Order: sequence, then structure tokens, then C-alpha cells
Amino acid sequence: MSGAHAHPNYVKIWFWLVILLVISTLGPMLEIPAITLVTAFGIAVVKAFMVAANFMHIKFEKHIIWFMMLMSLTLLGVFFFGVAPDVMQTEGDQWIDCIADNSCVEQRL
Amino acid sequence: MSEAATAEQTENHAEHHEELSFLYKYILPVDHKMIAMQYMFTGLIMAVIGGFFSYVFRMQLAFPGESIPLFGIVGPGEYNMLVTNHGTIMIFWVAMPVLIAAFGNFLIPLMCGCDDMVFPRLNRLSYQIFLVSALVLILSFFVKGGGFGGAWTAYPPLSSVPEFSLTDWGASLWVLAVALEFVSFLLGGINFVTTAMNARAPGMKMMDIPIAVWFIVIAVILFMASVGPLIAGAVMLFMDQRIGTTFFLPSGGGDPLLWEHLFWFFGHPEVYVVLLPTMGIVADIITVFSRKKLFGYRTILYTAFATGGLSFVVWAHHQFVAGIDPRMANVFVVTTVLISIPIAEMMFSYIATLYGGSIEYTTPMLWALSFLVAFLIGGVTGIYLGASAVDVYFHDSYFVLAHFHYTFFPITIIGMFAAITFWFPKMFGRMMNETLGKIHFWGTFIPFNCIFLPLFFLGLAGQHRRIYNYNHFPDLATEELQDIRVFATTSLIIMLLFQVVFLYNFFYSMFKGEKAPDNPWKANTLEWTVPSPPPHGNFKTLPTVYRGAYEYSVPGREMDYWPQNMPPDEK
Amino acid sequence: MSNRGPVATHRSATGIPSGRLAIWWVVASEIFIFGGLISCFVLFKLNGTPGFEDASQTSVIAGAFNTFVLLTSSLTVVLAHAAIERGDRKKAFNFIWCTFGGGIVFLMVKIYEYSGKIISGHTITENLFWSFYYTMTGLHALHVIGGMAIMALISFDILKGYNFQRVELIGIYWHFVDLVWIFLFPLFYIANF
Repeated sequence: MSGAHAHPNYVKIWFWLVILLVISTLGPMLEIPAITLVTAFGIAVVKAFMVAANFMHIKFEKHIIWFMMLMSLTLLGVFFFGVAPDVMQTEGDQWIDCIADNSCVEQRL
Repeated sequence: MSEAATAEQTENHAEHHEELSFLYKYILPVDHKMIAMQYMFTGLIMAVIGGFFSYVFRMQLAFPGESIPLFGIVGPGEYNMLVTNHGTIMIFWVAMPVLIAAFGNFLIPLMCGCDDMVFPRLNRLSYQIFLVSALVLILSFFVKGGGFGGAWTAYPPLSSVPEFSLTDWGASLWVLAVALEFVSFLLGGINFVTTAMNARAPGMKMMDIPIAVWFIVIAVILFMASVGPLIAGAVMLFMDQRIGTTFFLPSGGGDPLLWEHLFWFFGHPEVYVVLLPTMGIVADIITVFSRKKLFGYRTILYTAFATGGLSFVVWAHHQFVAGIDPRMANVFVVTTVLISIPIAEMMFSYIATLYGGSIEYTTPMLWALSFLVAFLIGGVTGIYLGASAVDVYFHDSYFVLAHFHYTFFPITIIGMFAAITFWFPKMFGRMMNETLGKIHFWGTFIPFNCIFLPLFFLGLAGQHRRIYNYNHFPDLATEELQDIRVFATTSLIIMLLFQVVFLYNFFYSMFKGEKAPDNPWKANTLEWTVPSPPPHGNFKTLPTVYRGAYEYSVPGREMDYWPQNMPPDEK
Repeated sequence: MSNRGPVATHRSATGIPSGRLAIWWVVASEIFIFGGLISCFVLFKLNGTPGFEDASQTSVIAGAFNTFVLLTSSLTVVLAHAAIERGDRKKAFNFIWCTFGGGIVFLMVKIYEYSGKIISGHTITENLFWSFYYTMTGLHALHVIGGMAIMALISFDILKGYNFQRVELIGIYWHFVDLVWIFLFPLFYIANF
């Protein structure tokens, strides 16, 4: 039994979500990448938070659920930031091109 | 829903159920104990297949080019298929189903004091999906081109381009089978975690839960968290294979290294997913047969959390020589060496439990003790590999192979036999034969060491993995090294022969063994308070728990054990 | 209602009903699946992989409209939950089918988009952007279809008078599907730099 819990005004939340959607769609039309970033992704994060907190009732749920979601996102972050340097950086600045200067054999590499 | 025991919660409705038909009792059960049996037997059958593959490829290594009895000639393609599927089967279709699904299913409701899993029909569905995954894998051996041969790590482009892997449909069926197995364990995992979190008997606080249950639950949480990116990767790999996308192909803008990361982000926590259940089972067995309280319950629990958390930040130690940024490698060296600490702590706690105890050398205890010995060697050799400078030499050599067999074999095989010999009386209502058990134990443990200890030296000599015939490498085709290979193979044959003893013991005892009492080992946990085997619904009246699971040899008590559900004033 | 299933199903040592706890675990594991795919997409994009400018080729109007549809369907499903908590079975049933309808509209727009793009030559193998686009929106659409099937079944249950708690559960799942789309929308439609 979920028991009675306080309800947010769902329609009001929906209204603000739609407003945010409109802003995020219009943002890129200014064609400034920094603003697009904020309006598109920043707003996505805000919208996600509003849906999670209000529609999914995380705001009213026992804290363990919130903790589970936070942990999941944190681990996802670990994955992203752990992989990013490798996949994104193809130019290593510690590599020595010993083939070009014929020093491989000397260095026994 | 309050925690207090209400009449409705303790009264067991199970007794009102009519007798089930054969179909609904054995083929389509919802009862967790029967589903556990299904997982266990499927896992054991897959173990036979995986073991057979290891026989074939070890014979090829010992007698290269000869026709192997029961198989035929092993060419490079066949060899690759054998080693790939041996690894894949042993991890996904033996270790996980037997240790996690079978024993998790059997033990969690019983040890938590409830009548079944929270979602019995989901439980049944999980097994059905698992069975399909096993059948898909077996199917992959029979399609044109044969089974997948790209190693269990399935690195693209070898695994994604049929022209390279030479196993067009085999590769795709392999990916499909693994993906289905993942889905099955995700569903099963949700069931396990929800049951352990919610359905515990009244009075059972978090710190009263037996370590076996805790560790299986933590393992399953680790699995659920780590498998997601790999499922994403498997979808991408499958599409690369069949549709021609280029997620992992540099020519199309993709990156093969991405697969490596996706795979190992899962692959490393996965080894702890299989390790933790065995460590939990060993903890319980050691306490029972030392007649002594488990040393440092909370410490062991916290180290398990630490291991779980750390396991997510060590994965790139599998990629030290893949061309990753050396600075990243340094980070992973530190975390890898760090993770040995909590596990060592667990081992110390187990040894401390043994110290001063009244040790009973039953078969399960022998298995549990041998786990500690063998895993110690495995773990220590892992530290060598964790140092990236050393790994530059050892990567892809037999040193790595010996390391992970000294960890995986204790986890899977020793853990499996420990659990089976310990809980057999509860599962089947009869005792296994102790003498046969001990013969089987020594006949497995000694040959195991004879197979894998020499392999460290092969690795030191520079023997690389996944080569079907070392005669092609003059440095490695010396007589000494070949003698070692023959010795290892001979030991394997001996070990496999001794498994007949186990099979005989297992099946004979199931039907003709001495009838087992409720609590033959005089243990504390709740599964020993019900008849052997437990009836449908497990408990006549669902129990209330008054203490932790490890109250052995409590001063002032006549009995040297104190069941969890015995009221405090009762003697 | 409580004669179905074992005692275990109805216990709750955490205070959270097991069904709800389980659905949150489903959401947690799905976060990793979709999160994994999104991470890979972002990694390639930030790396400057060729093809990712094609985000300008997707129709912002279609994407924004679909976002609106999903947001609204999230509203209707949570209103269904509010209704069934009051005991209003008929209203909850209607709201669930409004959500279902939203799903249908979403899928139709997606079909329209897919066929339009394929005809103009943007197939799944054209470049990495399109591979990700079809894979991720396709996987998302499969989740939408799954959710629709389940909520249809639940709607009939509640009309017959049982399993009211499942409205909230399918709602949580549906909100998650909406959440994934909230992130897919900017990635595939708006961020065209």
C-alpha cells in the first residue's frame, strides 16, 4: 500500500515542463553554442529532475530510492570520465616517434 | 506494512495448495527451490560441455596435430572456438547460474525466513530466458562456420567483421546468447534484491542476515550496475555484425577501444559478481565447522561494500597494453592494488574465525579451506599483474591464464562443490557419502594445482595465450615446455576422471543416501529449522528472528549453536 | 488480493512496497543501458567524429512535438495514479488509455520521421550519427511499445477491481521512458554544432 502522500499539482508541473521545452527549442535559433548548451542540456537536466521528483514521486519517497538513483548516475559518470580520455584523446603527448628518428633499435623498443 | 508479525504474515497459506501436476512442479515451477534445481542442473550440464572443451584443447596442446578422441583434429579455427566457448560457458553458464541463481534462489527465501521469492512468476520467467540463452549458445556450435572464435572478450573488429572472425552466424548467436543471459540475470537480480530487502522475517535486522545472503545480494547489485553499458555495447556489436554499422570500425569513424572499455567496465565487476557468492558461502561453511562465531561480521560486510565500489574503478588494468594513455594506466594500477586490501581483510577474518575453533573436517569444510588456499595464490598473482610495468610482459601470457584459473576455479568449481556438499542434505533430504566426498575432493584439488601451477612458469617463459600449436614458435617448442604441457593435460584428465566419483556420489545419495535430519550440521541459519527437503511454503509457521546468524559456542549455553529463531528464554 | 502469491510478496521490511522497489531497480539498471549508449554517443560527438553535424538534418519540429507528446502522456499516467488512489477506477482507466494514445502518436511521428529520413538517404549505415540515431531512438521506441502493452493489461485489471498499485508502477516506468527521451531530444535534434 503506497499510502496517501502529498500530491504536487501535476498540471502545474506539466505546464512548466512545456514552457521549458519551448525555451530549449528556441535556444539554438540564436546560434550561440554556449547558449544552446545551456538551454538544450541544462534544461533537459532541469526537466528530468522535475519529472523524477514530482511525477515519479522521488520527493515523497523514502530516501533509499533517491540514493539508488544517485549511485547509478555517479557510476555512469565514472564510466564516462574513465573512458573519455582514452576514446577522445588520440594524440598522446607522451609518445616518442622512434621510427621516424630511427632510434627504436637503440632503445630496444 | 509494519515490521511487526501479524497473524496474516506468519500464517502460511501454502498448506492450502493442492498437489501440483508434473508440468507445474518440475517443468514450469514457481517454487524457488525447484527453480533453483533447474538452474543447478542446467549449470552442471553446461559445466560438462565447458569441461569437455577444456579436455579437447588441452589434448591439442599436449599432443599437437593429433586427432583428439571424441573430437577429431583441432585446427586453429576449432581451437579458437573451444577456448572462446570454454571461457564464456564457465563464467556465464556455470558460475553464475550455479552460485548465484541456484543457491541464491534456494537460500535467500529460506535464510530470510519467508515462503518464496517476492515475484515467483518473474523467477520462473528468468529461468526460461536463461534456458533459451543456453540453447542459443549451443545452437551457435552447429551453424555454418561453427561457434564463435573471437575469445570471450570478443574484441572488434575480429568479432564484428565476419570476414575476420570466419564465424558469421556463430558470432551473432554468441552475442545473442550472452545478451539473453544478461536479461535473465537482470530480472532474477531484481527478484533477489527485493526479496532480501523486503521479505525478511520479523526481527531479522540487516545485521542478522547471513553473509551468504548479503554477498549474493551485493553481487547481484554489482551485476545490475555494471552490465548496462555492455548491453549497450552488445547491441552495437550485433548491429556492426549484421547490419554493417561501424560503431567499432575505425574506417567508419568508430573506435575498437570503446568496446574494450564497455566490456571491461562490466568484465571487472563481473569477477566480483562471481567471487562474492562463493566467499559468502565459504563464510557460512567455515563458521559452522569451526563452531565459532564469525570473526568481524561488520568488517566483512563493509569490506564487501568497499570491494564492490572499488571494482568499478579498476577495469582498465585489462587494457594496460591496449594503447591507453599511460597516465590513465597509473591511476588504475593504484586502484587495482588497493582492491586487494578489502579482499585480504575478508580472508584474514575467515582465518581468524578458524583460529581457536573446534574444526570439523567434513567434506564441505575441506572445500571451503581449499578455497582459501587456492584463492590466496590467485589473488596474490593478480597483484603482480596489477602493476602495469610487469603486465607489459605478462599480458596475454599463460601467467594471466594461471592467475585467473587460480581465482575462477576456486570461485566456480570449489565454491560449487562446497555449496553442494553443504546444502545437499537440505535440498534432497539425504546425506552424501563422506568417504566418496573426500576422495573426490583430493582427486580434484591436487590435480587442479598440478594443472595450473606449472602454467605460471610457462607464462614466465613467454608462452602467449590463444595459440593452438606452439610448434610454430621455436622458443616455445622446447622439450621442457612441452613436458609441462603434457603434465598439465595429464593432470586435467585425472581430475576429470575423479568427477565420476562426484557424479556417482551425487546421484546415488539422492536416491539411496542416508536420510538427512533437519539440521545435520547443527547450524544456526533458518534453512536448517525446516524439514529436509523443505515443503512447499518452507515454514509451517513463518519464523521470528531473535539474533544474528553466527551465535556459536556462546558461553553459558549448553548447545554450541543457537538457531536464529529460537526464543531467547528457550534452552 | 492477498491470496495471490506467497506471503513474501506482501511483506515490506523497508516500508516500500515490493512492486515499487522492484520497478525502481528496473529503472536503475535501465539508466546504465541508455546511459551507456548516450555516453558513447557523447564521446564520439565531443571527439569531433565526422557525421555528427547531421543533427541539423533531423526535424526539430517532429522532435519537439514528440517531446510534448511524451510529457503530456506522463501527465496523464500520473493523473491515472491520482485517480486510482481516490478509488476512481473509470477515470484511471481513461487516463491510462490517454497515455496509450500518446504512445501511439509518438510512434506514428517516429515512423514518419524514419521513412522520411531513409528516403532522403540517411540510412543507419550512412555515418556514426545515424547509426546512433536509429539504434537509440529504436531501442527507446521498443521500450515505449513494451510500456504500452503492459499498461493496456493493467487497465483491464483495475477495471475488474484488482492490482491498483500497478498503475503507479507502470507510471514510474513510463516516466523513465519519458526521461530518456528528454535527453535524446537535445542530443539528436538540437545540438547541431
